[in-house]
Amino acid sequence: MTNLRIFSATRPEFVAGLRVFFVGGVISYRALFNWLNPWIFLPTLVVAPIFQVLFFAYLGRAAGLESDRFYVIGNALQIAALPGLFAMAFTITGERYSQTLAPLLATPANRAALFLGRALPVTVNAAFVCVVSFVGGGLLLHVSVPASSLLSLAVVILATSLSCTGFGFLGGAIGLRVRDSIVLINLLDATLLVFCGVNIPLDTLPAWMQATAEALPVTHGLEAARRVADGAALGDVSGLVLVELAVGAAYAALGYALLRYLENASRRNATLETA
Amino acid sequence: MRTLRVLALGWLVHFKIMSRSPFAIGVGATWPIVNATLAYFMYRAGGHPQTLLYASLGSAVAGIWSMAAIDSSGAIQRLRWWGTLELLVAAPVPFAFVLLPMAIAVSSAGIYALGTTLVWGRLVYGIPLPLEHPLAFVLAVPVTIASVGVLGFALGMVLVRFRTASHIGNSLEYPVWIASGLFFPLAVLPGWSHPVSWALAPTWGMRALLHSALGGNPWRDLAVCGGLALVYGAIGVAIVDRFVDAARRRATLSLT
Repeated sequence: MTNLRIFSATRPEFVAGLRVFFVGGVISYRALFNWLNPWIFLPTLVVAPIFQVLFFAYLGRAAGLESDRFYVIGNALQIAALPGLFAMAFTITGERYSQTLAPLLATPANRAALFLGRALPVTVNAAFVCVVSFVGGGLLLHVSVPASSLLSLAVVILATSLSCTGFGFLGGAIGLRVRDSIVLINLLDATLLVFCGVNIPLDTLPAWMQATAEALPVTHGLEAARRVADGAALGDVSGLVLVELAVGAAYAALGYALLRYLENASRRNATLETA
Repeated sequence: MRTLRVLALGWLVHFKIMSRSPFAIGVGATWPIVNATLAYFMYRAGGHPQTLLYASLGSAVAGIWSMAAIDSSGAIQRLRWWGTLELLVAAPVPFAFVLLPMAIAVSSAGIYALGTTLVWGRLVYGIPLPLEHPLAFVLAVPVTIASVGVLGFALGMVLVRFRTASHIGNSLEYPVWIASGLFFPLAVLPGWSHPVSWALAPTWGMRALLHSALGGNPWRDLAVCGGLALVYGAIGVAIVDRFVDAARRRATLSLT
C-alpha cells in the first residue's frame, strides 16, 4: 500500500515522487530505449513506418477496398503503438540486461511514479512517430487533411499514443516473468494491426473480431481520426477520444497491477533474474 | 569435398540454432500468418477472393525475406557478441564459406513460415494449393529460400560497417515486400520501380511458386532466381574479403 499513496504522501515524498516521475522517466528513456540511437531510430521509427503505410496503401489499391487516405490514417495511428509497446518492454528487459533490475526494485521509490514516469517520454515518442508516418505517407500518396482539422487531429493522435503506451504496460509487466517478452510484444502489435480496423473496415470483420476491437486501443482513436480528417469537429468525436483514453487507462491499470503482483511474486520466489 | 562439408555442416548447425530460437519461431512463423490474414480479409472484402492463394504464398515468401533481412544483416555483429568472430575468421576456410551457409540457414527458417501460412490458409480459409507443376514447386521452395538467403548474405556484407546493421536490414522488410510484388501484382507499382523488382530474388521466387501452383512457366523464373543468387553471392564474397583484410590490418575485427 505504501507505494500507492502518491496522492496522500507528505510534501517531501510528493516532491521525490515527482522527481522520480520526470527525471527518472527521462533518464530511463535515454538509457533503456534501445532505439534512441539515430542509426536505429531512423530505420525503425521513420523509414519502416512510412513503408508500412505505402505497403498497405498499395495492397488496398490491388484489393480495390478503400482509398489511400484510409490506409495513411489507419497505419499512422497504429504505428503509435510501436514505441509504446516496445519501449515499455525495454524498461524491464533493459534493466535486467544491464543487471540493474534488482537494485531498482529494491529502492523505496514510489512504483507508480517510477513506471508511469517511464511512459511519458514514450508517449511523446509515439506521437512523433505517428505524425512522421502521417506526413510521410500523406506526401508520398498525395493525401491531404484540411488545415482546420490539424489541431483536432493532434489531440486524437496524443490520446491514441497515450492509450497505446497504456497497452504497453502489459508487455512491460509480462517482461518480469517471461524472458522473450519481445515475441509477445510482436503478437500484441499484430493484434492491433488485424483487429482495430487499421487496414480492414471494421464492418467487414466477423462479429467476434468487431467485439474484440472495441476493447483494444487504437480502434476508437482511429475512428475519431478518420472522422476529424473528414471535417468533424473535436467536440463531435470527444466521446470516441474519451473511450480511447479509458481503454488505455484500463490497460495501464491492469499492467501496473500485474507489475506489482509479479514484482512481489519474483521477490517471494527469488525469480527476478531467472525469468 | 571439404568445401561442401563446411557448407553443409554450417547450414545444419545454424538451422538447428534458428529452429530453437524463440524469436525466429515465435515471430518468424506467426507474422506471415498475420500478414496472410490481413491480405485475405482485404482481398475478400474488396471482392477478389480468387487472389487468396497469391496472398498465402506471398506471406510465406515475405516471411522468408523477413528472416533474412533481420538476421543475416546483423550476422557479423552477432558473431562478435557470441565471441566467435575471431575464431571463425582464423579457421582454415574462406570466411565467406562460414557466412554463406549461416545466411541460407536463416532464410531456411522461413520454411516454417511457408508451412504455417499454407496450413493456416487451408484450415481457416479453405484455400486449396493446386499444383500444376509439382516438381517445379518442390524445386522452387529450396531455390527461393537459397536465393533469398544469399541476398541476405550480400545485404549483411553491404551493411558490414554499421553496428546497427540488423535494424537497417529490418527497415528493408516492407520495401522488398512492396518491390517484389509479394502481395499484389507489380502492375500496381509505378513503372520506374520495375527494374528494382526484377533485380530482387523474392520477385522471381514468388513467380516460380505461383506459376508452379497455378500454371504458367516456372522454369524461367527458377533460372533467373538461381542466376540472381550467383550475382548476390559474388558481390557478398567480394565485400567479405575486403572486410576481413581491412579488419586484420587495422586490428578492428572484434570492435563493436
